[in-house]
Amino acid sequence: MNNLVILPMIIPLLTGIILVIFRRNIPFQRWISLFAILSTAAAAIYLLQMISRYGIQVLEIGGWEAPYGIVLVADMFAGLLILTTSIVSAGCLLFAIATVDLEREKFYFYPFMLFLVTGVNGSFLTGDLFNLFVCFEVMLISSYVLISFGGTKVQFRESIKYVLINVISSTLFLLGIGYLYAVTGTLNMAHLSVLIAETGQSSLLTTVAILFLVVFSLKSALFLYFWLPGAYSAPPTAVAAIFGALLTKVGIYALFRVFTLIFYHHPEITHLLLAVMAALTMLLGGIGAVSQWDIRKIIAYNVIIAVGFIVSGLAVFTSTAMVGAIYYLIHDIIVKGLLFLLGGVMIGIAGTSKLKEMSGLIRNHPLLGWMFFIAVLALAGIPPLSGFAGKVLMTRGILEAEFYWLAAIGLLSSLMVLYSVMKIFVSGFWGPTYLRSEQEKGTTSGLLFPCMFLTAVSVGLGLGVEGIHYYVEYAANGLMNPDIYIKAVLKGS
Amino acid sequence: METLMALLIGVLFAVGVFLVLSKNLLKIILGTSILAHGTHLLILTMGGLKKGMPPLLLKGEDLSYTDPLPQALILTAIVINFAVTAFLLVLVYRIYQDLGADNIEQLRGTADE
Repeated sequence: MNNLVILPMIIPLLTGIILVIFRRNIPFQRWISLFAILSTAAAAIYLLQMISRYGIQVLEIGGWEAPYGIVLVADMFAGLLILTTSIVSAGCLLFAIATVDLEREKFYFYPFMLFLVTGVNGSFLTGDLFNLFVCFEVMLISSYVLISFGGTKVQFRESIKYVLINVISSTLFLLGIGYLYAVTGTLNMAHLSVLIAETGQSSLLTTVAILFLVVFSLKSALFLYFWLPGAYSAPPTAVAAIFGALLTKVGIYALFRVFTLIFYHHPEITHLLLAVMAALTMLLGGIGAVSQWDIRKIIAYNVIIAVGFIVSGLAVFTSTAMVGAIYYLIHDIIVKGLLFLLGGVMIGIAGTSKLKEMSGLIRNHPLLGWMFFIAVLALAGIPPLSGFAGKVLMTRGILEAEFYWLAAIGLLSSLMVLYSVMKIFVSGFWGPTYLRSEQEKGTTSGLLFPCMFLTAVSVGLGLGVEGIHYYVEYAANGLMNPDIYIKAVLKGS
Repeated sequence: METLMALLIGVLFAVGVFLVLSKNLLKIILGTSILAHGTHLLILTMGGLKKGMPPLLLKGEDLSYTDPLPQALILTAIVINFAVTAFLLVLVYRIYQDLGADNIEQLRGTADE
């Protein structure tokens, strides 16, 4: 029992509610929301220390014990993700403060950002499938607002698609919850795990597992990604960055949780399906990324490739691959946020998102160019940057499990990633400079700082791999041994 | 009773899917609403349709009582669905106002937008 567990949810939620009252006081809104995100990060760091010292932290809300009451569970995996979420949302928020126009700010932009973070953190913390649904909805409703905010034609067109696909997948999610409740009579994840381990995962339960697989694949853009490139390239940069960094990752988190804790008894069906979907995601996403000539579309397709890559670590289900997948997940949250921000700055300067109309930006913006280069290398997994450790461990894990085809596709997708983002670098930054600095459409003032912040985090993550290795291994160990989680939640009952 | 409910849920899902697949935006929204109704009924039915006691444990009696959890779940789900439907309706209204489109085909963009 530890009341601290609720902090990462309650800080952004309460701050968001307070900010709604101070609608007109924009500077207040800006700094208070930044402060809230930073205190969430502090709470996450404290929580991580608690977890590494005393094991999984559990909060039984209202004092009702686990299978009956609602529980919040902070294990190492969730803790790491919450910390990463706070860091990347601080970066996006700084960028938003510099770029988002007054009209949007007046209409509750910051409260919705905070509610989004509430939903994301809630999804990481909850120990109950129905609460996972509720937290997903909190996150999604905020994202619906943020994506349609501003009301340009493209935004309307993409937001209606985005909202509809998510409403349908939420309906399917509820359906799965209903079936699962009918079969097992509980929705607490630890309790579900115990019950299913006792009675065996019948074919009915495997079918339900596949329904959950479809739901989370829709949310995390695993194979069912057709809505993503359009939706993530419509909203303003700061919003697109936080979407690209966080939203799909919550779906991935749900996949990890459900397929390591609850439905892990028939990996030859569910995990093989995951592997096939991951491979297809990487291939198709890679083809998409290579074929595009629009910065935002290229980066959005890169989100898809990363989803496939991370899930392939879950699919092979060995501890080496799991450690690698967690590394890569953390790295990807940071670097995707960074990439969206840098792309946004480039678009702001050139006034277009088309690569063919853009050239030689490095002459006037060397810092931006080099940061982009670092981000590209990190994304492709060049040592010593942050993508390297994850990629190496995961490839080794996949090879150990003798999924040679999956490893080959994973490495091929790395090449596609490198080619597609290098294309942005080469045609955006090299070549003759079209625009003299006074002709540029936008400035970079105030925009480079958040990018520098995230670049520093990414480089630090790469150089400090040893430093966080203990935590990542701890998290992977927790995922591979569901008993630890069950014991913490159900207390030996 | 369960069989009857299963049939009803099936009909609701069929109607919902049919409406969601149509091109008129309003029909699509109605479709999502009907799908959600079907799901809520399904959860209710999955909890077992028993008559009898309210979900209170009285001393000395262990009669079969109604399972309260599905009802609590549905309550939450209905509220969420209500909010999302309201948002969708406003979104579609704004699309109609700004773009003059009430049909998914008319929302198709041009290549160089």
